[in-house]
Amino acid sequence: MSEPLVQVRGVRKEYRRGTEVVPVLDGLDLDIQAGDYLALMGPSGSGKSTLLNLLGGLDQPTSGTIRVGGTSIEGLSSNELASWRASHVGFIFQMYNLLPVLTARQNVELPLLLTPQSKAERTHRADAALALVGLSDRANHKPAELSGGQEQRVGIARAIVTDPELLLCDEPTGDLDRKSGDQILDLFDALNREAGKTIVMVTHDPRAAARARRILYLDKGVLVREEA
Amino acid sequence: MQLWTVIWMNLRSLPGRLAATSVAVIGIGGVVMVLVATLAMSQGFKAALNVAGASDIAVIVRGGSSGELASNLSDAEAKVIEDAPGIARDAHGPLVSPEVYVLVDLPMIGSGTAANVPFRGVGPHATALRSHFKLVAGRLFAPGLDEVIVGRGAASQFRGIRLGQPVRFGTKQWTVVGIFEDQGSVTESEVWTDVHVLQSSYRRGSGIQSVRAQLLAPEATERLSSALKADPRINVAVATEKAFYSEQSRALVTLVTTLGSAISLVMGIGAVFGAINTMYAAVAARTREIATLRAIGFSGGAVLASVLVEALLIGVAGGVLGGLLAYVGFDGYRASTLNFQTFSQLTFAFSITPAVLTTGILYSVVLGLLGGLWPGYRAAHMSVTAGLRSL
Ligand SMILES: Nc1ncnc2c1ncn2[C@@H]1O[C@H](COP(=O)(O)OP(=O)(O)OP(=O)(O)O)[C@@H](O)[C@H]1O
Ligand SMILES: [Mg+2]
Repeated sequence: MSEPLVQVRGVRKEYRRGTEVVPVLDGLDLDIQAGDYLALMGPSGSGKSTLLNLLGGLDQPTSGTIRVGGTSIEGLSSNELASWRASHVGFIFQMYNLLPVLTARQNVELPLLLTPQSKAERTHRADAALALVGLSDRANHKPAELSGGQEQRVGIARAIVTDPELLLCDEPTGDLDRKSGDQILDLFDALNREAGKTIVMVTHDPRAAARARRILYLDKGVLVREEA
Repeated sequence: MQLWTVIWMNLRSLPGRLAATSVAVIGIGGVVMVLVATLAMSQGFKAALNVAGASDIAVIVRGGSSGELASNLSDAEAKVIEDAPGIARDAHGPLVSPEVYVLVDLPMIGSGTAANVPFRGVGPHATALRSHFKLVAGRLFAPGLDEVIVGRGAASQFRGIRLGQPVRFGTKQWTVVGIFEDQGSVTESEVWTDVHVLQSSYRRGSGIQSVRAQLLAPEATERLSSALKADPRINVAVATEKAFYSEQSRALVTLVTTLGSAISLVMGIGAVFGAINTMYAAVAARTREIATLRAIGFSGGAVLASVLVEALLIGVAGGVLGGLLAYVGFDGYRASTLNFQTFSQLTFAFSITPAVLTTGILYSVVLGLLGGLWPGYRAAHMSVTAGLRSL
């Protein structure tokens, strides 16, 4: 087998609260193959979001190494990380995090502004991403004019518009009703099976986790169990 | 490209933060108003002293005296000056005005406090030696009579000066027979009468304080000056009117400019803290938005730029506001102050020139940028993960 897309070795993460050191991740090892779809579960405070943020280069581990697509991201500067994120990962947030002053299309176009693409190219790509999530008719709506499920679909369109290998989702259905949540999970299925995206999804919902190929359980900063 | 997006997005969200923003704008506006007003004031001094200051008119006082008040020249000395080279003449003789200069007390219109008003006795050529001189009401004083004419500035600043009305200076009663203007110059702060009348009224004998002379050309100053210096009968200082006035007001202009700048600086520090506060609030309100942009891959520099641009706009808005307030409130406003160098009251008009306004707005830009620097730096370097967790 070739090198896994994500390779986590001996990762520790501590937060400092005043003089107190809070250990969150405690010597974690993890491999994620390209094309995998992984659900991350565990009690609140177990370090799920922390791990996801480390995989996406939003934060640096206290020690250990993280390789994503052959790049050791734990050694990058904050600016190098930012441009690495722009082309290699897509984030999907529980609260969608759309920019309220922008329309759906402009929100989706946002990551493309970091590429050298022309305006026409960007609009074309943003519209294609919106079509993929079934929101072509909402392109000119502001987030406030969309339902939660629609907002999250815009969030997904924004995450995939640059065509990254890795999608990182932190409780993407946590704020949605079952029906809208199922639509999101259907989209993930399609993105994983048809577009070959590697997905890591943090969730508290066993039904959502069951849609993934693998389920990982995290507790007190260590991986305790894995189900296929 | 990413820069413009972040800047533009930030500005789009500005309306939601209008209240805090206007506080900062008003703070900076107040500072700029004070700065512009003080600059306009010293500009007004300079204008008052400059208009009067011709380069082809010489003012001659006793050597070593700091101004007209401390100078005295005898009749004989005045004769020597009149015959010196470089001075223009017509068929009747040299174009000079021997002048007596005393100070009289008059109450100011606003406060009623007494101020020193220059009372000048002038020779027949005096009005010709002030090229902007113009009677705006009444007539000239008649030689030999106890009549005075009053500058427009003095007439508007001091109590008891009315055309056709008597006024008491020293032991004598005078009649105001005319009002004159001189393009807002320092001369407008004065009261004039016939030189011989003033000499006898103040028991000056035939002594005078200064001689004003029309030069053949501005270059003739040198000739006149060196001729008089070489003359053993006499010890005088020769200066063009322009140089004379600017020397007379140097201390006042310096004081006002220094004081105004110091006040503006201290107020400016306060306004910077106001702006810092506002920008902190602006950044706090956008924490999650900024963190999201950073997660997507936007650089810290773009975030910093967006904060700086907002701060800059706040600064410029404050500057425009302050400049406008100062303009509406002060431009052309007449006031007077004691020129402690000449011990006389100087009337002037606040003059808000484009240069003054530009200085005010530049200052506001600096204040705004200083206010945005630290909050912007913090925003650019904040933890993305912590920002994403905030609401
Ligand atoms: N920036 C931070 N500073 C200090 N402590 C932090 C920080 N981020 C996370 N923590 C702590 O690290 C621990 C793990 O947090 P994390 O957000 O990874 O948990 P989680 O598994 O995602 O929980 P939840 O299911 O509630 O989202 C928690 O105890 C949290 O308080
Ligand atoms: Mg979490």
